[in-house]
Amino acid sequence: MTLSSNEHWSLSINPEDSAALIIVPGGDWRLKNSLPDTDSIRAYLNEHPDQQSLTFNSQLITHWDTGFCTFLISVIELSKTSGIKTDLSGLPEGVRRLLALATAVPEVKDTGRKPQSAGSLEKIGQFVIDLLRGMPEALHFLGEATLAFIQFLKGKAQYRRSDFFLIIQDVGPRALPIVTLISFLVGLILAYMGAVQLQQFGAQIFIADLVGIGMVREMAALMTGIIMAGRSGAAFAAQLGTMQVNEEIDALKTLGISPMEHLVLPRMLALIMMVPLLTLYGSIVGMIAGLIIAVTAFEVTAFEYYNQTLRALDMRHVLVGLSKASVYGVLIAYSGCLRGMQCGRSASAVGEATTSAVVTSIVLIVIAASVLTVIFQSLGI
Amino acid sequence: MTALAQQASADKAHIKLRGITMAYDDFIIQRDLSFDINHEDIFIIMGGSGCGKSTLLKLLIGLKTPATGDIEYDDINFWQSTQEEQTRIKQRFGVLFQSGALWSSMTLAENVALSIEEYTDLTAKQINEVVSYKLALVGLAGYEDFYPSEISGGMQKRAGLARAMALDPEILFFDEPSAGLDPISARRLDELILELRDSLKTTVVVVTHELASIFEIGNNSVFLDVETKTMIATGNPNKLRADCPEAKVREFLNRGVK
Repeated sequence: MTLSSNEHWSLSINPEDSAALIIVPGGDWRLKNSLPDTDSIRAYLNEHPDQQSLTFNSQLITHWDTGFCTFLISVIELSKTSGIKTDLSGLPEGVRRLLALATAVPEVKDTGRKPQSAGSLEKIGQFVIDLLRGMPEALHFLGEATLAFIQFLKGKAQYRRSDFFLIIQDVGPRALPIVTLISFLVGLILAYMGAVQLQQFGAQIFIADLVGIGMVREMAALMTGIIMAGRSGAAFAAQLGTMQVNEEIDALKTLGISPMEHLVLPRMLALIMMVPLLTLYGSIVGMIAGLIIAVTAFEVTAFEYYNQTLRALDMRHVLVGLSKASVYGVLIAYSGCLRGMQCGRSASAVGEATTSAVVTSIVLIVIAASVLTVIFQSLGI
Repeated sequence: MTALAQQASADKAHIKLRGITMAYDDFIIQRDLSFDINHEDIFIIMGGSGCGKSTLLKLLIGLKTPATGDIEYDDINFWQSTQEEQTRIKQRFGVLFQSGALWSSMTLAENVALSIEEYTDLTAKQINEVVSYKLALVGLAGYEDFYPSEISGGMQKRAGLARAMALDPEILFFDEPSAGLDPISARRLDELILELRDSLKTTVVVVTHELASIFEIGNNSVFLDVETKTMIATGNPNKLRADCPEAKVREFLNRGVK
């Protein structure tokens, strides 16, 4: 009886109505020929539950490949679950050897892996659990970073000065071009936006106040923070993550050298020092952009603009801006190093660590910006 | 110390494992591991792939906490010691990681020098001499200023060994030392390990499944079984090959021939 077939292959069984089932596959049994599944055999076995044994007759087979073997493995599974004895002797020699090879090592059952697919509710739950689990880890890291910083203050931290200066070079001077560009453009936008409104009252001179206070108090720190998150936060996560993959961090630990002091501390220090300096620089560039707009498009003289800026700004504004910048520096360094140290041991884990470092630091920066602005405003600073 | 006491301390196990279970979360890798590694042993950790050899090594070098059980180094219980004591114990280790694990941002000389700078008061000139000597020992004289990415895999491994030996450790751990090495380099490495044991009285722990090395250098071993998830043999691998009661161990040591 033929169970199924197409132009390439056929699958039949014989003899019918006997307890000893012989499966007769014929023709070209290769993957490209859309091979059958075992449903027809399963259906036959359900209709004839009295089967005792299963054998194969493969004389009609002309070609076979992996497709035939996977079909046979399912048939063998099927007969095992229905309690039927299987005899493989009718199969081609090569197929039998491959099947023996495939079944030589028993499948590992208790690998501790949970099934991958999960319902959406379960995924949400898992997400929340992972989030909560991440909290103590993040706090632990914060604590260790603080301890490393205390060691540094005591002058006992184990880190290499040369590493520290290299990192400073990397996060400071090398970031100048991009900070220049972004600050200039932000200053320009601020000046234009304000000037159009102010011009209606003939108060163009207040462009200086708007750009000066806006850049110094808020925008320079925020923009520098976001640039540094994308630039250095990501770099830190990638560097530390790759070191994790290469066992370099393990190698440090076995020497009894704390990776917190050796790797994380210099990175954090460098960013905490450099972000305020870059912010200061960015504010100046932004104000220069404002000056250029005011002078060229709104008939303010450079001297007036300069004087008005000096009148508008005082040390208070500068300190507010710098303290925000320092906080952003800490947050960027913290997220970058945290994600790098948490990195798994594969190439994709490094990518995830980098992404997550940037996302975490930008989220933290924006939250901190809002909180600090509210605090400073309510204190009247 | 009297000769008798000296004898007693030499007989004492250098590393003692008692009832160790290793697990990743709920997934148990190996359980009930109890064995001794004696002073000046070249101790082989062997077993099929995935049996937990490298995990056991991580445990021995203090990178991973055992789920249960105790590890003692010269009778000091590692996981019940304070942080400072653990660091002191770890400073007596030298570890050669499977991939070399050289710090990629430093030159070979800086890699070897780091622990010397941290833990000794040598002058820069003395450190340079020590570094050159260690690199020369592994056949890398003249490569001081190369970065790890500029040398071959086998050379990275040897540089890793030079770094592991920097502080003349009491115990040297090797994770698959001959993996990725050509037969002659592998042979040289074996000779180097024997030489280190003989001349510096170092205890050596090696994770490997390179049979040639196992018989050449090993004088003590443990065999981890992946199916029963525990150790099924311990002792001199040359003896185990001939008359271990476990067929699996004999099969492994005879390259699959039962």
